[in-house]
Amino acid sequence: MNEQQLANANALVKERQEEVPSLPKAVMTEKQVGQKHKRQPDYSEKVLAVEDLHVSFKTFGGEVQALRGVSFDLYKGETLAVVGESGCGKSVTANTIMGLIPQPPGRIKSGRILFKNKDLTKLNKAAMRKVQGVDISMIFQDPMTALNPTLKIGEQLTEGLRTHQNVSKAEARKKAVELLEIVGIPNPEERLKQYPHQFSGGMRQRIVIAIALICEPELLIADEPTTALDVTIQAQILELFDEIQARTGVSIILITHDLGVVAKIADRIAVMYAGKVIEIGDKREVFYSPQHPYTKGLLASVPRLDLKEEELQPIDGTPPDLFAPPIGCPFAARCPFAMEVCEKVYPGTTELSETHKVDCWLQDERAKHVFQM
Amino acid sequence: MAIYIVKRFFMMIATILIIATLTFFLMHSIPGSPFDEERTSNPTIQANLEKYYKLDQPTHIQYLYYLKAIVTFDFGPSIKKPNESVNTQLARGFPISAELGIVSILVAVLSGITLGTFAALRHNGIIDYGAMTFAVIGISVPNFVLATLLIQQFAVNLQWLPPATWSSPKHMILPTLALATGPTAIIARLTRSSMLEVLTQDYMKMARAKGLSPFRIVFRHALRNALMPIVTIMGTMLAGILTGTFVIERIFAIPGMGKYFVESINNRDYPVIMGSTVFYSAFLVFMLFLVDIVYGFLDPRIKLHRKEGDA
Repeated sequence: MNEQQLANANALVKERQEEVPSLPKAVMTEKQVGQKHKRQPDYSEKVLAVEDLHVSFKTFGGEVQALRGVSFDLYKGETLAVVGESGCGKSVTANTIMGLIPQPPGRIKSGRILFKNKDLTKLNKAAMRKVQGVDISMIFQDPMTALNPTLKIGEQLTEGLRTHQNVSKAEARKKAVELLEIVGIPNPEERLKQYPHQFSGGMRQRIVIAIALICEPELLIADEPTTALDVTIQAQILELFDEIQARTGVSIILITHDLGVVAKIADRIAVMYAGKVIEIGDKREVFYSPQHPYTKGLLASVPRLDLKEEELQPIDGTPPDLFAPPIGCPFAARCPFAMEVCEKVYPGTTELSETHKVDCWLQDERAKHVFQM
Repeated sequence: MAIYIVKRFFMMIATILIIATLTFFLMHSIPGSPFDEERTSNPTIQANLEKYYKLDQPTHIQYLYYLKAIVTFDFGPSIKKPNESVNTQLARGFPISAELGIVSILVAVLSGITLGTFAALRHNGIIDYGAMTFAVIGISVPNFVLATLLIQQFAVNLQWLPPATWSSPKHMILPTLALATGPTAIIARLTRSSMLEVLTQDYMKMARAKGLSPFRIVFRHALRNALMPIVTIMGTMLAGILTGTFVIERIFAIPGMGKYFVESINNRDYPVIMGSTVFYSAFLVFMLFLVDIVYGFLDPRIKLHRKEGDA
């Protein structure tokens, strides 16, 4: 990206923020955003491209439009964090990429998911099974329920490998032991013979991660991988992600609503709201100069240790009903800067830099006066 | 494991003893005696007979004799059929009853689980509705009604199958159907609901995310977890099938244990009542014990014993 451009954009945005007194400075400190990672993403190689994805679910109450045009790219070795509040479509995005949307009631209405130039939405179930667990793996939220209680860890680890690759039992076992070592489980040989209930929550999540990695996937989708863990374990698991990425060059989509997690391991951030990606950008861009009022609100609602006696600022209101989503900007009803146009027309995407994109009317030239008020 | 089995063994003996005692006193509280007949025999003969069978002794003495009979497993001759011992009757009747019971249980378990699984996999589809309609009917219709209907249709109207007795595999079809339908329906319903629950679990999603074959997902991941409640009800179901055999054996004139049991109660044939009760209860208690062990195999979280260091 152009350094100059970025600097200009940042300067511009800073200026504006200072002009709006009602909005807190939703910025994180350098320390919080984290140091350089052990690995570097390769931005020349695109692993995944999601293009204008629409997914709906038929229910008794009508059709829920869970995703309403989600687009983003993912590059080799990078971690893209998808953030947003509950029900904004984060998990649906993950499940759709993974091919885990139950159809019916779910339906991919339009859009493409290009994985290595192959459109995953066009694959039938059998072809999709050759992608699941092999090229794309998933890590689930709750390690206490993600492992089958009646099967030994060894079997749960190796069955994916044995299904997809022609390996002997002994080879699969060897690989499983290796992986358990990598994810930090002591005595892997013995542990393979044990059942999930004999492991602690953090250990189980490590096993879930090992299972996801066993076929050496290129893309790892982690759906809130640390939400169910206690804080000390969270940090360890996040470090593990970093380590694994450095080791294997896997790309990660990290779904979370924990901005602390994002600050720690993400390269880029996509902010979702009401089934759309409303802002996407480099971690620093999104944290230091959030452009969408929703992103600002989101960051302002995170507790900070470095600012004393400042109350948390929740975003008032609730997300829109996705049975009948608003035609304009879905955040308009909760937005302190909403203009007439916001409720009538969905804003186009403004590219602030090569990486930073935002869907907001405030970016429009004609809306500049809003900030002057 | 060994400790558990030994413990269970003693509990089993205690259970059987309690059942045996209750049966004894219940049996003696029914008015009448084996020698009450319209054609009253000579009082001297009757007294001799009673002496021979120790019926002239006080009840508690009789009880002690009865306990001795249980321990030695020798219930002596039948009162009504003096040339046959109770043990001979049991030895003749039990294999037939066991055959009917085991075949019925197998049919019920296999078809019930299959039906329930497919119903769950095709939730709210035609298979689901069909299977559940069958299940409701199967649970609602008592087996003796079903038995008579089956005889009427397949033996009398269509003449495909023999209406009664027990001599060839063909003879087994109708009684097995009559006996197995109820349990099949119960198992099918239970499998379905338990399977539906299991299918929504996270580990099922994880299994799908591994790209496993649908066969493996259903049989290796889902079924084993879904079978827990079925194993739980297997105990009572065994009891149900066991008592079901009494009725079914009567209807189809099958010379199994049920026949002797019912006859013996009508005749106050004390040794036969005692013998078959003890035998039945021992059998049932043993089956329940087996069910418990199977439970431990299915779910590794259920520990049958406490090992050092285990929580």
